Amino acid sequence: MQETHTIVVPDVSAEVRQQLLAFVLQLADTSLILAHRLSEWCGHGPILEQDLAMANISLDLLGEARSYYQYAAELEGRGRTEDDLAYLRSAVEYRNPLLVEQPNGDFAHTIVRQFLYDAFHYHLLLQLQAGPDQQLAAIAEKSVKEAAYHVKWSAEWIIRLGDGTDESRRRVEAAITALWRYSGELTTPSATEQALQQAGFVPDYAAIQQQIDEHVTRVFAEATLPVPQGVFMQKGGKTGRHSEHLGYLLAELQYLQRTYPGLTW
Amino acid sequence: MTVTTNLSLTEDRIWQLLEEVSDPEVPVLSILDLGIVRGVRLEGDEVHVTITPTYSGCPAMNTIATDIRLRLLAEGITRLHIHNQLSPAWTTAWMSEAGKQKLEAYGIAPPQDATGHVLNLFGQEPVLRCPHCQSTNTRLVSQFGSTACKAHYQCNDCLEPFDYFKCH
Ligand SMILES: [Zn+2]
Repeated sequence: MQETHTIVVPDVSAEVRQQLLAFVLQLADTSLILAHRLSEWCGHGPILEQDLAMANISLDLLGEARSYYQYAAELEGRGRTEDDLAYLRSAVEYRNPLLVEQPNGDFAHTIVRQFLYDAFHYHLLLQLQAGPDQQLAAIAEKSVKEAAYHVKWSAEWIIRLGDGTDESRRRVEAAITALWRYSGELTTPSATEQALQQAGFVPDYAAIQQQIDEHVTRVFAEATLPVPQGVFMQKGGKTGRHSEHLGYLLAELQYLQRTYPGLTW
Repeated sequence: MTVTTNLSLTEDRIWQLLEEVSDPEVPVLSILDLGIVRGVRLEGDEVHVTITPTYSGCPAMNTIATDIRLRLLAEGITRLHIHNQLSPAWTTAWMSEAGKQKLEAYGIAPPQDATGHVLNLFGQEPVLRCPHCQSTNTRLVSQFGSTACKAHYQCNDCLEPFDYFKCH
């Protein structure tokens, strides 16, 4: 690495620093896992332009993940690098919510997963960029511009699929039924997030949930899709209890470094 | 090997040298045209250059840092520190007017001020001039193009596809 990244670590107690590390890793894992899922579409997209769109969004998320991992490495301060954190942690150490590790399924599943995540992501970044942690604010300031394009793209596809043909509607409804249950975890604070909310580092998720609800309701109305009500919400990923899918994903993502440790270009 | 100190080196001279470093993805633009060099500082014989990525995942940043290093090395500058800065976030507003003209001549529509809110759905795209035939009868094909910074358009008159360096 020939560039230096100027990373400012906030002046906080050792305990809060550990909590911040866990939260930043959660953000990093979330962006990385969704980026990997989207990259699985590369060369398989329904049409070339959408293949490119998913690769572009994947790349944005990968860049965002790198920024978080670099910050996490600094917060941890034990000499581990961004690569160590991404490639050498096992599934139970990953902290991404369950939604982003769900398989791509058909294009409708990918779009619904993306839209549910994008709506959360965009509104979260808006808050983080105004937050007290300088480094998180800088990453959020950078990424929110990209996240705006993502949520516009996935919202337009929700509308095309929902208000499209019988086939597209059947598929998007099936995807909503399958994935809605994972949307609640995004704004259900873990113990770590609760502690950081008290310390002012993590925004109020109830307020973000309200913004997401308004956003989703507006887009679903345009798509002529009903917003599911009273669905039991799954959770676990943010505390390391994942679905079986994550292990397979990491087996592919980490294959090279696990097989040839320390390999570089 | 003898180490010579370049006594005539000034910050202005470093800016001149950086003007000769081109963007690896849009080689018609220098990194100054793009607005990704945020600062140059000379401290004794140590040179500090601060750059910022266009997009978070921009794969060109390492290449740009290498190219800066090589260009300055050719001038005898060995004590170089390249700093990567995220905030303030890069914006197309930092692109030079000369850069915009070069882009259009190269066949890429330059960034236009966005109209309406970024989240507006469908049909809120800026009116673009086709860089091939100058017609403004053009349409968005995809918000995501050949690189992270570009959208994909097509001209309805000459039918040629073209890239749009999207507003950011
Ligand atoms: Zn034309």
